[in-house]
Amino acid sequence: MTDTLANPLAARDHARGMEGTVTESMPILPPVAQDLPPEVAAADLLWEETIAAGGYATRRLSRGARLRLIDVKGDACASLLVFNAEMPAERLNVADTVKVQWNAYLGAGKLLLSDMGRVLLSILEDDAGTHDTFCGTSNAATNAAKYGDGSNSGSYPSGRDRFLLGAAKHGLGRRDVHPCVTLFKGAWIEADGTITPQIGPFAPGRSVVLRAEMDVIVVIANCPHVLDPREDWTVTPLRASAWRGAVTSHDDPVRTATPEGLRAFQNAEDYFRR
Amino acid sequence: MTADPHLSSLAGAVIHDVVVPARAPWLHHIAAGQTLRIVDLEGNQAVDFLLYSAEDDAERYSAQDTVSAQGNLFLRAGTALLSNEGRPMMTIAATSVDYHDTIGGACSCESNTLRYGHHTKAEHACVENFLEANLTEGRGKRDIVSNINFFMNVPVEPDGSLGIVDGISAPGLTVDLRAEMDVVVVVSNCPQVNNPCNGFNPTPVRMIVTAA
Repeated sequence: MTDTLANPLAARDHARGMEGTVTESMPILPPVAQDLPPEVAAADLLWEETIAAGGYATRRLSRGARLRLIDVKGDACASLLVFNAEMPAERLNVADTVKVQWNAYLGAGKLLLSDMGRVLLSILEDDAGTHDTFCGTSNAATNAAKYGDGSNSGSYPSGRDRFLLGAAKHGLGRRDVHPCVTLFKGAWIEADGTITPQIGPFAPGRSVVLRAEMDVIVVIANCPHVLDPREDWTVTPLRASAWRGAVTSHDDPVRTATPEGLRAFQNAEDYFRR
Repeated sequence: MTADPHLSSLAGAVIHDVVVPARAPWLHHIAAGQTLRIVDLEGNQAVDFLLYSAEDDAERYSAQDTVSAQGNLFLRAGTALLSNEGRPMMTIAATSVDYHDTIGGACSCESNTLRYGHHTKAEHACVENFLEANLTEGRGKRDIVSNINFFMNVPVEPDGSLGIVDGISAPGLTVDLRAEMDVVVVVSNCPQVNNPCNGFNPTPVRMIVTAA
């Protein structure tokens, strides 16, 4: 400890001296973004944060809010947990998501369904096209085997451990870290069941826009895909923005696209009939 | 006395042997080294299956860890059923079915409303069985995760289309699971009657546990 930090006021001055530091990955408060869609008022921006490579973030989003994720440099890997914010025992059900929609691959118009037959999030826009509903995320053991370490305190944290910390900040625990979906890194399924990961790296700037169809908690981990074949732990920052939006109207094309999806919206609407 | 064909090639003494009725739940503790044989008595009967570590039931079967580790969606002989912490819980020691499913999940009253319509909400479903069995040991809804469907067939087409299609199982086919740790097995003998997973006719299955 240097002399200048040997008393509380010096330590205070040192800490306060960091004010205004800007890093690549950090939240912006109050949120500011230069690239909002033209119909979105600046005052409706709710969240602006760049999630570090290997980092995580969580957010509660109200019904109608839009969440935009951007793979800033082409190697982000956004694994998502999603909970009903007021009753987190209801959460994303990946099996129902693919089974009810009769399709394994996520993209624009697809829904993320809860285990209570309701739509949690819908995907409004997607210019990435490579997403994964099957592989889940890394855990401390897989990262230790691959990179020599997988701990939160080390250099190669795992997706599961990031999820545990993120969920814990909403009072949730190990039983709540459920099967996830991953955006920006894909998993292609061959006829014999073989999983072919689609890891990139991809062009920078690919984005996905989601709409909250219920009040949700999202936990986002940005760690290398569990089947990333590269020897080096490779991941780049993930930008998250959210803004206020209207609750989905009855004639919304995503709502009415399929009979199964329509019933998932009707079940969510029934939940909010109070 | 005629040899019981369902015991064929099983090593070790039989320590538990029960028929789970159609549509019913089943919960059983199986110690490391013991083997569980599931017999599809009448054919095309999906057996929805979850696993918990007996020592710490926040550690449980993880479909995603299991398929990632083997780089393949289908569960076959030799597949290690991994936990959410990456540890082997059971191994598929042998099976007379080509492969088993772990992406199709379990039917629930709620998902039935999406897949078939709100008229099916009152029908019995696998999640009801999972809840009923788990509640006897203090587990609940948060403990229900993506499961295995033994004897069920869910292919994925090149365009991503997937669905539960006709079973690839037949009467008397089996799967043998060797416990790699002390586990709690929770089963729903699937009551679904709105798709081909049970041949539209749920039937009993037999559970045989043999000693290490």
